[in-house]
Amino acid sequence: MSVSRIGAVSAIALAGALALSACATENPAPAGSTQGAGSSASAGNVDCFSGDLAAEGSTAQKNAIAQAIKSYQEACADATIDYNATGSGSGIKQFIAKQVAFAGSDSALKTTPKDGKVEAEEAKNACGSPAWNLPMAAGPIAIAYNVNGVDKLTLNGEVAAKIFNGQITTWNDPAIAALNKGVTLPSTPIKVYFRSDESGTTENFTKYLQAAAPSVWTADPGKQWTGKGEGKEKSAGVSAAVKSQDGGITYVEWSYAQQNQLHMAAIDTGSGPVELTGETAGKAIAAAKQVGTGNDLALKLDYGTKEAGVYPIVLVTYEIVCSKYADAEQGKKVKAFLKHYASADVQKSLEPLGYAPLPAEVLTKVDTAVDAIS
Amino acid sequence: MSTTSLPTPTGQPTESRAAGRSGRAGDRLFSGATTISGIIVIGIVTLIGVFLIAQAIPALLRNNANFLTSREWSPGGDHPRFGILEFLWTTVTSSLIAMALAVPVGVGVALFITQYAPRWLRRPAANLVDLLAAVPSIVYGLWGLLTFRAVIRPFEQFLQQKFGWFPLFAPTPISGGTIFFIGIVLAIMILPIVTALSREVFDQTPAAHKEGALALGATHWEMIRTSVLPFGKPGVISASMLALGRALGETIAVTFLVSALAGGTPWTWSLFNGGETFASKIANNAAEFSNPNKTGAYIAAGLVLFVLTFVVNSIARVVIERRKAFSE
Repeated sequence: MSVSRIGAVSAIALAGALALSACATENPAPAGSTQGAGSSASAGNVDCFSGDLAAEGSTAQKNAIAQAIKSYQEACADATIDYNATGSGSGIKQFIAKQVAFAGSDSALKTTPKDGKVEAEEAKNACGSPAWNLPMAAGPIAIAYNVNGVDKLTLNGEVAAKIFNGQITTWNDPAIAALNKGVTLPSTPIKVYFRSDESGTTENFTKYLQAAAPSVWTADPGKQWTGKGEGKEKSAGVSAAVKSQDGGITYVEWSYAQQNQLHMAAIDTGSGPVELTGETAGKAIAAAKQVGTGNDLALKLDYGTKEAGVYPIVLVTYEIVCSKYADAEQGKKVKAFLKHYASADVQKSLEPLGYAPLPAEVLTKVDTAVDAIS
Repeated sequence: MSTTSLPTPTGQPTESRAAGRSGRAGDRLFSGATTISGIIVIGIVTLIGVFLIAQAIPALLRNNANFLTSREWSPGGDHPRFGILEFLWTTVTSSLIAMALAVPVGVGVALFITQYAPRWLRRPAANLVDLLAAVPSIVYGLWGLLTFRAVIRPFEQFLQQKFGWFPLFAPTPISGGTIFFIGIVLAIMILPIVTALSREVFDQTPAAHKEGALALGATHWEMIRTSVLPFGKPGVISASMLALGRALGETIAVTFLVSALAGGTPWTWSLFNGGETFASKIANNAAEFSNPNKTGAYIAAGLVLFVLTFVVNSIARVVIERRKAFSE
């Protein structure tokens, strides 16, 4: 917050300086546009296109891509980019149907058959070239809770799994107390809230629970919730429910937990509690293994990590693109925008919005891949 | 059937005959237009039905669970298992709660406006109730979630504590949108429909009936009971059924409020349990219709809602027809 404010102040100062120097010339630009020019200059040299670009997909990256689109359009007045946040599933569907230039998705294209179809193959056929998964934003998933009088809480994979599958039912359970020495826990019953819609957040969170506590969380990870609790509609629904219920707990994207001012649990992976920050979540991405080949940057996160200082519950959202667009013009547009999205400045501006910036080594790879789009 | 259209016996070409011809042309044009309108409506409904059935059948054929009696819902994957029992229960129960609350109150409001209220108050009061109908349903959802929930919650807790032995009021761990709560919000949403239509029919009660009752020594209440209510009954019934249709199909407000149940939650008759309605389930998951079979499962659920609403309306028609036969 304060960082962006300082940024804004300096942008205004810069704009002011530009405006002053502009006075000498014959055409003093209005303050607003000067400021826009100032901020675009700070975003690096932007390769502008003119025309429309349509994309659709994940709601988890909505705020991130909106920020990237905003700064891109500030720099390029002729470009119109439209991202329709309808969900990863429909994004991929529209991409395969060639309705949108690229799709946003919470998981990479599946390479194994599901319902007799392989997403990656279908996308390849639609593109006429291999489709690539490019990680663009990392959305940490917070375990958000609301317990009267408890500001700090540490959980580990096993205890979290037991809470979310209903084995632990009160806040003063010895298992929770053992992780939180010195914290007075009330006997309030635990109310678990889950996403009632099918969601990538649920999928990634259950992947974590299964990896961290395989003996407790036995259900297969999936978009549909397999634990216990009370279902609420989308991220806004679960965070609102936790906010208004003493004893409530849920898993939700970091940004929602921040905006609703919910307390977030630190995760103890075995080497001490790790708070959720951009840095600790970024480390999880840096440690992820690349499962795609070449410029296909599909990642496999190590949810069961025991490394110190890594916040393990992170969702990577991808942009799914064609490596070679049939319509060269469209390829150029996609490339220009993603180049901007992957720039260090834009990535940095995502942190106040609840995203973890991609670590430098991943960004370099993304940059290379974007350059290879044609 | 005016006389001008009858052929004159003398067979003289007269002005009246010319007028008759143009009259017939207009007649034909108009009857044609209305027939087409009628056919369009029937056609649309039939096409919707055909679409739903055609989309639902392939998914139903692949279903590994009983569609009508299963409580599972996992329509994706290679071995889909899905059933609608829970949606049917939530949808019907919450709508019935809404009816039980809205119809008596709605009829009461309509009687007050038409029979008791001073003349200067009638118009403003009627407009105020109609205004409830103009509130978008998303607003009801937000209001219910943020404000009204806290008002109803203590009452629910009271019922659960004092009357928990009664299966319908059995305590549950659900804290948010219970079936009971959704019923109350739906009641407020359908109140204006019941009120507006009942008001119209009560207003039509022939003055002779009312004056006759009063002349025979009836009190104001007896007059209402013996002349206004019997006269208005078919109207009230059709108003209720229209309202029920709205309650069954209400989507956005319910989607906002419901608390979905996790898979494998034990069955309870409690009104304080959560659960999703047909419409909210479909709306909430529309973004993830990733393959035709999964979509088909949701469409099959939609088909049940379609049939349910259709049956409700048919029953209403039958009831109204019967009442008409009695009153004439």
